[in-house]
Amino acid sequence: MIWLVLAVSSWVIGMVLNVWLSKRPTTRFTSLAVPTIFGLTLVIIWECVVRGFEISPVLLPPPSAIAVRFATSTPILWQDFVQTGLKGALSGYIMGCGAAFLLAIVIDRFPFLQRGLLPVGNFVAALPIIGMAPIMVMWFGFDWQSKAAVVVIMVFFPMLVNTVQGLQATDAMQRDLMRTYASTYMQTLIKLRLPAAMPFIFNGLKIATTLALIGAIVAEFFGSPIKGMGFRISTEVGRLALDMVWAEIVVAAIVGSAFYGSVALLEKSVTFWHPSQRKG
Amino acid sequence: MKGFWFRIGPIITVVIAIFVLWYAGAVALNSAWAQDKAKRADVTLSFSELVTDTLSQEKPKLPAPHQVGQEIWKTTGQKVIEGRAFSKRSLIYHSWITLSSTLLGFAMGTALGIALAVGIVYNRTMDKSVMPWVIASQTIPILAIAPMIIVVLNAIGISGLLPKAVISMYLSFFPVVVGMVKGLRSPGRMQLDQMKTWNASGAQEFWKLRLPSSMPFLFTSLKVAMAASLVGAIVGELPTGAVAGLGARLLAGSYYGQTIQIWSALITAAALAAALVGIIGMIQKLVLKRMGMAQ
Repeated sequence: MIWLVLAVSSWVIGMVLNVWLSKRPTTRFTSLAVPTIFGLTLVIIWECVVRGFEISPVLLPPPSAIAVRFATSTPILWQDFVQTGLKGALSGYIMGCGAAFLLAIVIDRFPFLQRGLLPVGNFVAALPIIGMAPIMVMWFGFDWQSKAAVVVIMVFFPMLVNTVQGLQATDAMQRDLMRTYASTYMQTLIKLRLPAAMPFIFNGLKIATTLALIGAIVAEFFGSPIKGMGFRISTEVGRLALDMVWAEIVVAAIVGSAFYGSVALLEKSVTFWHPSQRKG
Repeated sequence: MKGFWFRIGPIITVVIAIFVLWYAGAVALNSAWAQDKAKRADVTLSFSELVTDTLSQEKPKLPAPHQVGQEIWKTTGQKVIEGRAFSKRSLIYHSWITLSSTLLGFAMGTALGIALAVGIVYNRTMDKSVMPWVIASQTIPILAIAPMIIVVLNAIGISGLLPKAVISMYLSFFPVVVGMVKGLRSPGRMQLDQMKTWNASGAQEFWKLRLPSSMPFLFTSLKVAMAASLVGAIVGELPTGAVAGLGARLLAGSYYGQTIQIWSALITAAALAAALVGIIGMIQKLVLKRMGMAQ
């Protein structure tokens, strides 16, 4: 009973605090504090409700149990992260995005390919590519190579479509100016069109970060060595050790956010000139 | 007519190129097994024999397109002719299972997305506290926890369609929220002021200005949401023990090395995605035309 009272009161406090904060003029502090309070309130309510209703840890473990499990099994989590995050997702991400980027430049050079490959690429980008996972596992074996392969095909098409779009982002006036400077194709590409394409390229890179992690984890459901985040999640679900599953999810969330955040930071420093990045 | 071929010609070329590559890949990938078999039987294969063998294996590494086509026909059209369109061996049955949870999840995700977007646009507190978490929620690879959601919901007695739909919903609400927030905020200062001078109430402003002008944004995000929710439904079927649905066909195929079955499920899923997104595209064209917003 006391837990439920705590849950309700923390909800009320959090809400009142947030309403009060968001009515004040926006500062750096409030724009950080409001979502933090919201998130903290959710976690507290979760903890209190689980304890208050005595929900079995097999269904939903309280956050405190997850935190304890996270702290006590860091070696396993780290090993899984290396297997899935670095070997599977990151290597596939680099290969897939790199290949898509190069192909996009080739496509851009030949209008015929542009008109042919772009609609097909757009179509493929909407398909459930994750279904290729079992085939890749069959071709490349159980280890990280097959996961990287799934990630490559998952990130390839969004990246391709975005880069091709970005390379078309310059307008005729700018290209004419480069012409009057008698610049070669390479010079135009490097000094005008690639910089102008950067916002689009980073958009593709950001979409690809989420896809990469998903691809690497789901591919492990179809077969993996005895480590890796996807493997751990599917086996621990089978053993009903949900606190371990949630710890793995926390890792996935941290890795996903960090991955996305670092690409966003890179974007900020590369495309500082773009209106969406300017302040004020 | 020249414009038509100018547009379609390159696409057809690319599609043909894909098929040629596919056949070449099938020959290349399957030849190892064919050679191995021939060696054990103590015969040497001529090139044409090798090609015929690689394109007609029972469990090839990469099935040729016509093998996949035959399999799809055998599990759809032929079953219809036999009058057993909904038998468990028919892909129509499995597609229907997947489709129903996709659509349910899509509907729930769209409703949740629009509701959240309205709240975010009209309520400052919600905008500040919920929006960052909506974005953060997508950096979590939700598909990874699909098995857990299925198992937990099963444990509390919810099984069948709903758990899969929940996963689809989670994947599909995000594009709708982002698109609708953008769309509902798209009317300019001028238009909002105009509504004020007409003494429009808040509800009138919403129904007559904000909602109509958000339509192009809504349809664009609906297409993304539909594709995402199909992926959610397929992945949601993986941990249920491969009972029914396209995802189950994928898993069963990978357990037993039935590559042709995997590919036919994959192609069916692709066709389903294309059809669903295409239908939304058509509705979009009709609605925007009626509203006078078509370009």
